[in-house]
Amino acid sequence: MDIQEYFSLVFSDYTLRTITLGTAILGAVTGMLGSFAVLRKQSLLGDAISHAALPGIAIAFLITGAKDSNTLLLGALVSGLVGTFWIRSIVKKTHLKSDTALGLILSLFFGFGMLLLTFIQKQPNANQAGLDKYLFGQAATLVESDVWLMAIVTGLCLFVLLLFWKEFKLLLFDADYTKTLGFNTKFIDILITSFIVLAIVLGLQTVGVVLMSAMLLAPAAAARQWTNSLATMVFLAAIFGAFSGVFGTAISASQTNLSTGPVIVLVASVFVLFSFVFSPSRGLLFKQIRFIKNRRDLELHKTLAFMHHIAETHENVSHPHAIKLLNSFQGYTRKTLQKLVEMDYVELEGNMWSLTKVGFETAENLYTKQSTEDE
Amino acid sequence: MSKQIAVKVDDLTVAYNYKPVLWDIDLEIPEGVLMAIVGPNGAGKSTLIKSILGILKPIAGSVTIYGKPYQKQRQLVAYVPQKGSVDWDFPTTALDVVMMGTYGSLGWIKRPRQKEKKAALEALEKVGMLAFKNRQINQLSGGQQQRIFLARALVQNASIYFMDEPFQGVDATTEIAIINILKELRKAGKTVIVVHHDLQTVPEYFDWVTFLNVKKIATGPVKDIFNDDNLTKTYGINFKVSVQE
Repeated sequence: MDIQEYFSLVFSDYTLRTITLGTAILGAVTGMLGSFAVLRKQSLLGDAISHAALPGIAIAFLITGAKDSNTLLLGALVSGLVGTFWIRSIVKKTHLKSDTALGLILSLFFGFGMLLLTFIQKQPNANQAGLDKYLFGQAATLVESDVWLMAIVTGLCLFVLLLFWKEFKLLLFDADYTKTLGFNTKFIDILITSFIVLAIVLGLQTVGVVLMSAMLLAPAAAARQWTNSLATMVFLAAIFGAFSGVFGTAISASQTNLSTGPVIVLVASVFVLFSFVFSPSRGLLFKQIRFIKNRRDLELHKTLAFMHHIAETHENVSHPHAIKLLNSFQGYTRKTLQKLVEMDYVELEGNMWSLTKVGFETAENLYTKQSTEDE
Repeated sequence: MSKQIAVKVDDLTVAYNYKPVLWDIDLEIPEGVLMAIVGPNGAGKSTLIKSILGILKPIAGSVTIYGKPYQKQRQLVAYVPQKGSVDWDFPTTALDVVMMGTYGSLGWIKRPRQKEKKAALEALEKVGMLAFKNRQINQLSGGQQQRIFLARALVQNASIYFMDEPFQGVDATTEIAIINILKELRKAGKTVIVVHHDLQTVPEYFDWVTFLNVKKIATGPVKDIFNDDNLTKTYGINFKVSVQE
């Protein structure tokens, strides 16, 4: 199946439609919440949460013996929450920094989860196979009820986001100040964090424990490049996340043996890469272009100013001078001279140059002009 | 002098780990003063402010604002944190930050409206930043960022202002602009408490001073207690700051 075929099938084929919708919704909700994680400098929180969820999946299976995805995700949710609040209390009660606490909990829970998984695999039980799909995710196992669950959580998340928008923004920007204004910062914090845990747990089945944090970070990191408004950033991150889901599913469906989760993450990374390079205000490309252009303008202006300095010594400002005189000036090249001629600031005749009237006046006002342009 | 006491601190002790940062602080700040808190690094100046504001939990002691606990009086108090305490690359504008000053009186969920926006614009004008209202906050200079923080506190329209090193890293123009606003606040009967580092300017800017170095060394009118004796006690070395008597 090629991409074209995919898009013609996506509306009619039940499986494709379910998976596409699921990954799109998942991308949107993780992108939205990821903006908050990124701005709080808790980028690694997602990684810790997803890894912390693994033992919950295994324990839920051991207790119920069923592979019903809702039961397993409930287990993931519980252990994800436990891990998250352990991180919080480690940071609060010890001198460890949050990155250390994140790393500790991540490896501890993941190690325990892996231990349980291998234990389960050794069990003489025909039902055991397939739990390891939560490691790397398997979008193909999504069914309609999973998508409904995602949609409901996303709707709820959107509602809470809109309701507490002001409080979220305040806490993200200045937590201490939020406290002095009388808001219960702990409540706001727990609300945000719980939704992040919820979104991550929802994604485990599709993208898996290992790559889930990319779903949180990549759309947000890309979105930050394009805007300086929080609302726009959250909106863009949701869009980027959703498109990553759709494109990722399309690409993986159109090839055989391409796992959906990793492809979605790769597509999201392309969004990031593109944004880092091509964003007009923060992107590397335009920054470099602006830098070079600025440098060139300054070189030109400085050369003109230097010539003005020489021309000043004569009563007639357009008196010709030898080009040789300019050789010792840093920043002067044949090219800058040519450019000044093109701009009608300078006239060349043989080995001599002279300033035009316009050139002289421009040079005289260069500095004041520069500083007013800066304003 | 029978002025009302705006802020009263009793037996306040705060510790981060084992070592107390503040020890048994008793402090009465009369209404309407412009007070500097001075002391060496690590003396607990910011900690004192943060404990009064309820950001930090003290080990012992109590704080009252006009005779009642802070939680009941929070509308009377505004806070200007250290400029370096937030990430200025946050995606928002100058006006938006100043609007945050209105969030406290709005309370949960309610959104700011025209009235709040008008108040924020007025505050921006007061600090001379109206022209920058739509400017991205990461494109403001250090002095401009400090003015934005000041405007955010002004919007709160409080009676008592706590400011944590508002003059840190700002140029002379901004410093003068800020001190003029502080003096205006005092003229309007407000109480202003400032963590301050530059000892030279204390007599010129402030009328009240508290010397702090874990313990309270002295507190009172600048003209009575700002002397070499107290400075030496606070900073531990022999001090000779020429103070006009």
